[in-house]
Amino acid sequence: MEATTYNYKVVRQFAIMTVVWGIVGMLVGVILATQLIWPDLTFGIEWLSYGRLRPLHTNAVIFAFGGSAMFAVSYYIVQRTCQVRLWGEKLAAFTFWGWTAVIVLAAITLPLGYTSSKEYAELEWPIDLLITVVWVAYALVFFGTIIKRKVKHIYVSNWFFGAYILVIALLHIVNSAELPVTMTKSYSAYAGVQDAMVQWWYGHNAVGFFLTTAFLGMMYYFIPKQAGRPIYSYRLSVVHFWSLNFIYMWAGPHHLQYTALPDWAQSLGMVFSLMLLAPSWGGMMNGIMTLSGAWHKLRTDPILKFLVTALSFYGMSTFEGPMMSIKTVNALSHYTEWTVGHVHSGALGWVAMITIGSMYYLIPRLFGRESMYSTRLIEWHFWLSTIGVVLYIASMWIAGVAQGLMWRASNADGTLTYSFAQVLNTMYPFYGIRLLGGVLFFGGMLMMAWNVWKTVKIGRVVNDAPIPQAVHA
Amino acid sequence: MSDFTHGFWPIYISVLTVVSIVGTWVFLKSQTTRKLAPGEKPELMKHTWDGDLQDLNNPLPRWWLGLFYGTLVFAGVYLVLWPGLGNYPGLLGWTSKGEYEAEVQKAEAKFQPVYASFMQQDIATVAADPDARAIGRNLFLTYCSQCHGSDAAGARGFPNLTDDVWLYGGDPETIKTTLTEGRSGMMPPMGEVLGAEGTKEVAHYVLSLSGRPHDAALAEAGRPKFAEACAACHMPDGTGMQAMGAPNLTDKVWLYGGSEAAIIESIAKGRNGVMPGIDQTLGTTSNKEAKLHLLTAYVYGLSQRQ
Repeated sequence: MEATTYNYKVVRQFAIMTVVWGIVGMLVGVILATQLIWPDLTFGIEWLSYGRLRPLHTNAVIFAFGGSAMFAVSYYIVQRTCQVRLWGEKLAAFTFWGWTAVIVLAAITLPLGYTSSKEYAELEWPIDLLITVVWVAYALVFFGTIIKRKVKHIYVSNWFFGAYILVIALLHIVNSAELPVTMTKSYSAYAGVQDAMVQWWYGHNAVGFFLTTAFLGMMYYFIPKQAGRPIYSYRLSVVHFWSLNFIYMWAGPHHLQYTALPDWAQSLGMVFSLMLLAPSWGGMMNGIMTLSGAWHKLRTDPILKFLVTALSFYGMSTFEGPMMSIKTVNALSHYTEWTVGHVHSGALGWVAMITIGSMYYLIPRLFGRESMYSTRLIEWHFWLSTIGVVLYIASMWIAGVAQGLMWRASNADGTLTYSFAQVLNTMYPFYGIRLLGGVLFFGGMLMMAWNVWKTVKIGRVVNDAPIPQAVHA
Repeated sequence: MSDFTHGFWPIYISVLTVVSIVGTWVFLKSQTTRKLAPGEKPELMKHTWDGDLQDLNNPLPRWWLGLFYGTLVFAGVYLVLWPGLGNYPGLLGWTSKGEYEAEVQKAEAKFQPVYASFMQQDIATVAADPDARAIGRNLFLTYCSQCHGSDAAGARGFPNLTDDVWLYGGDPETIKTTLTEGRSGMMPPMGEVLGAEGTKEVAHYVLSLSGRPHDAALAEAGRPKFAEACAACHMPDGTGMQAMGAPNLTDKVWLYGGSEAAIIESIAKGRNGVMPGIDQTLGTTSNKEAKLHLLTAYVYGLSQRQ
């Protein structure tokens, strides 16, 4: 017999874990920001040293928080826009437990110092294999559901999810190609500058396809839903979808400007990064223009505030990124705090805020309610997050530019004006402001946890969301 | 040297790049529709998803198209002027290596006169010159302070340069050799040879050499073991040997700490002190020889002022 209800169970599991991992990942971030001010914070315990915790932070926020959010919303959206229950439900359940196992293994092995030393791909080879298996299961469930859909036309969010799932598989397999030596140690299949190029082809597209494409898919569902308005332009979504995915693939070399990478590859990385500006902004345009006729809702609806502010930060960081890829700018900005600020304007401003807004829409619906326990608390969360992000990125801009200028300043005799320690000393006030910003953002997450807890308690677990029988055109 | 292992690859890169940029242009062109007339409503697409999700079909915003075409034009012009299309060097003939070499040359020419007069003087004279000391201090802060500290007073494992105690010698020539070639101070681990008890005995003998509090009986038992295991480098009287960088054990200066525990650790596990040579610190910077000269004078001067 054909299913008459949607599978909300796996969506619910991932949605709750999104909040949990968000708090864990951001807490580690706050600890790291504190360590930069007080290096002895963790009493010299090696498992809690900066170098061990840093990859734990990045993996937790990107793959645990962001990944869980993507699983939740893609499973929710693909079902509702295809008007069918998930295909391969046992596989879907496996993706939840498998992904959670990956995260737990990461949380154990990274502090112990097991690392392949590739940024955002630090996990050692047995975990890499598990990721591959989980990801293949994810692809089967997602595309299986698409194939059995009742709605002929595929909704725009699903294009973005499809691209993200395929490309992440490709990136993960190519970049993680490695020769195992023991259970906990492997060597990359590539050497020297080729290894660096493969790594940053991966690293940049992890940003492009995990943190951009996937979350644009999220945006394309929750903004029109929450605004109650049709998407501004179907044509724009087609054009920016294809151009974004095509051009993103080329931009990785901009992470290796002025290195041993051949000049021609550096140039291509730069010009394609600049060509990426318009496709990136296409998504922002399409989201923001969807609000025409519904702008008044922004005054009263904190969820919409989250979603629209996320798009603003998205627009800002996708402008900043191409600018930073220009060789002359990169010569100043690279290796400075500016890069850290840029990443967080994307990670906190765009990824986290679009996720938080979406979760505030999604979670009550998974627990049989019209809205969250407290809308006022969402409003508070919104302002804390926004102020937090602004403090974070503004302090890192100033710190980064100051750092870059101090490093290159020289005296009349050709010697450097500032020693490394002097530059570091200049950073302290900005590290303080950054910590404050991070604490505010983290505080907002704690409010969210409380709000979710109360919502779950007064709500009921929904396992009977009916699939409408009438099929759309 | 070519960046490519085979003549096919630069052609492949060039063709792919040009086709991509031109293809993007053609794609944009094909998707551009007429602007809406004033007051004209955009088409509402016929699809509906999940109850109420719909999309309008507004034409691509003109300013957005302009931005996109602009970046494509920029890419084309850039790739004509700068390297990018495989082996094609670009009309400007720019390379990152060339840029670097030109900058270094410029720096050599600009700063050479500043250094020229100091190069004529011996180390002691340079060390006495306040201008030279100011330059030397900047060099020291850049290249040496990470280990030896901003005040050159050192840290555990990193010698104090302001006193008159020298592992390898403090005359100008030796300092210059130390800076140029670096030093590798290796003390072998003696824990297994001496055993736990023997190590402790030798440690107490070492403590006695500089008159520190020690157990006389243990020290006496350690004396012959010291003569056997340690005297070859540290000399029978413990005063050390600068030719090997073996520290004098009779003074009050301790590189790795002078407590019983620290000495036992040194004896049992050995020590490996490495100072990198000039090629790793000054690298290929401009006026390298002159900087080495000034840095030597600065370090020499640090201990002379005592």
